[in-house]
Amino acid sequence: MSAARRDSEEADRPAAGGERRRGPASGVTVTHAGPSVANGSPNGDAPAISPLGAAPTRGETGAAVTTHGLTKRFRGGQVAVDGLDMVVPRGSVYGFLGPNGSGKTTTIRMLLGLVYPTSGSHELLGTAMPAGAARVLPRVGSLVEGPAFYSQLSGRGNLARIDAADRAADPRTAGDRISTALERVGLLAAAKKHYRAYSLGMKQRLAIAASLLQPRELVVLDEPTNGLDPQGTREVRALVREIARDGTTVLVSSHLLAEVEQICTHVGVMRTGRLVFQGPLDELRARGAARIQVRTPAARQAAEILTELGLEDVQASDGEASAQLGDEAPERVCRELVLGGVPVAGLDTPRPSLEDLFVGLTGEGFDVDG
Amino acid sequence: MSTAEGLTAAPGPASAHQADQAPFARVGRGAVRAWWRLLASELSLVFRRWRNLALLAVVAVLPAILGIALRLATPRGGGGPNAFLIDQLAGNGVFLAFIALTIMLALVLPLTVAVVSGDSVAGEAGSGTLRYLLAVPAGRTRLLGVKYVAVVIFGLAACVIVAGVSLALGAALFPVGPVTLLSGTTVPLADGLLRLLFVTLYVAAAMAALGAIGLAVSTFTEHSIAAIAAVLVLAVASEVADNIPQFGAVHPYLPTHWWLSFDSLLRSPIATWDLLHGLLSFGVYAVIFCAIAWARFTSADVTA
Repeated sequence: MSAARRDSEEADRPAAGGERRRGPASGVTVTHAGPSVANGSPNGDAPAISPLGAAPTRGETGAAVTTHGLTKRFRGGQVAVDGLDMVVPRGSVYGFLGPNGSGKTTTIRMLLGLVYPTSGSHELLGTAMPAGAARVLPRVGSLVEGPAFYSQLSGRGNLARIDAADRAADPRTAGDRISTALERVGLLAAAKKHYRAYSLGMKQRLAIAASLLQPRELVVLDEPTNGLDPQGTREVRALVREIARDGTTVLVSSHLLAEVEQICTHVGVMRTGRLVFQGPLDELRARGAARIQVRTPAARQAAEILTELGLEDVQASDGEASAQLGDEAPERVCRELVLGGVPVAGLDTPRPSLEDLFVGLTGEGFDVDG
Repeated sequence: MSTAEGLTAAPGPASAHQADQAPFARVGRGAVRAWWRLLASELSLVFRRWRNLALLAVVAVLPAILGIALRLATPRGGGGPNAFLIDQLAGNGVFLAFIALTIMLALVLPLTVAVVSGDSVAGEAGSGTLRYLLAVPAGRTRLLGVKYVAVVIFGLAACVIVAGVSLALGAALFPVGPVTLLSGTTVPLADGLLRLLFVTLYVAAAMAALGAIGLAVSTFTEHSIAAIAAVLVLAVASEVADNIPQFGAVHPYLPTHWWLSFDSLLRSPIATWDLLHGLLSFGVYAVIFCAIAWARFTSADVTA
């Protein structure tokens, strides 16, 4: 039901998107810059555009978030985000990773139109921002840099305040929508409690509830697990999964890969304002090149043979030689070693864990470069 | 080719325009309703904060204390600036309202407006709720407009409370009857009350201008205390400068210079020129500072 509705919206949007006099072929590239149009297709353009609606929603045209060279230089001259080209495919759960201070929050603030970029541009759900903010943001739910609410209001009162700020919200359904959102995050029982009496986990969940007051096509969650205990983290993960289940695109940032690894389909990794990796999670995994480790008393001799085989990054230490395996088959390397007279006591081909890859991309610990 | 394009394209915008008419009208009405809803939310936030309620309580209690004090001590104006008003009070309780507005205008009413206006944007920025409102999206211009209207309403409420409490108490403690004006003429009580209404609105207009200054200051900081202090310092500095004859040249341009010009309403005929001059000054201040607030708020990065 909701999927069908989304499809029909998809089919409508390009027709509304300023693409009138062109053929169907060129229509594919048009994703933005159209005026907001609530009606369908005014002059029968819909058939010409329909291939778009049927086209896969993945890729450039169907991206929920696209940025082009997005850059933010703060007044002090510090470059928080540097030439970001980010693509969040529709329907994905995009893990936006990076250490604290790598520019994730500034990026998210720019995406939502809270911070204006120094240069570059971006689109949300195919609409240019920040010009189209009033049109597109109602379809985007967000939690920005931790929860922030009125401490003197109850949980319900806070959501009512947020809802009242929404031009597109129907006041008649506000009560029901607020109850549903509170129920989804398990806060219905605490709805009347003052916000200041909430635990940190409850505050985070209230912020997520605020992002769920309307049906959303994109939900942006900035560090939703920050400061939560393992139990709370697990709850948030379950919530994200549930949000994503009915097709909503989720952009979730974290400085801990482990917290989002299980729920993400895609990841983008930030380091000092730059995107150092972006793609499906499996691609990141595949990136981890295996090494071959040989346990042997004749490590130096083994290293020579590994070098002869053309393996890279050969290292020899006491009782062990290792190298990047590359495309080489480990059994062939083993045979060459044995034929070369190396006493092989043990052989292993370890792959780096996702965590190792992540740390490799972002730098160790308190690595503040730049 | 171009003709064909022109022919097919021509009806496009026209029909699209017609088709858009109905939705736009609907959107227009919806937008107005949504605006009122946001204002209602803002007002309930402003009027339910205990700090703001405490301010209104002070605004209500001070005229009451003033009235009782003037009743206990035999009202004699002596040579003070309010001598005439206080002399009149003995014969007519209505004058308590004029006295109260004059005295409260020196500090308490500006303080009340400074607190609410200085807090308006800075408070939301400081607590982080601003980023949630803007991500909704509430719309920066729209939110600022609602904030200013709420400040104006709060200032008006404070003025009405001062006038209302002091009028009620004046009627209870002193005789009430025809009002003798500053110009010596005596007008019927109803006329006097109407003049009190206009005085109250005039003072509220002065507070609205101060509120615009507060709103503008509020968009420059995340610390509401800083904004509140800045507005108060500005108001007091302006009042001080207004009392230094050497600054005579700038007096008419000071934001507080025309605040007490409401005494024109207590003359017959009413000195309209002074009143209009005052209202013009308030209007100019409101427009300039709302423009500053808008320029700042719509272009600033929200990083809090």
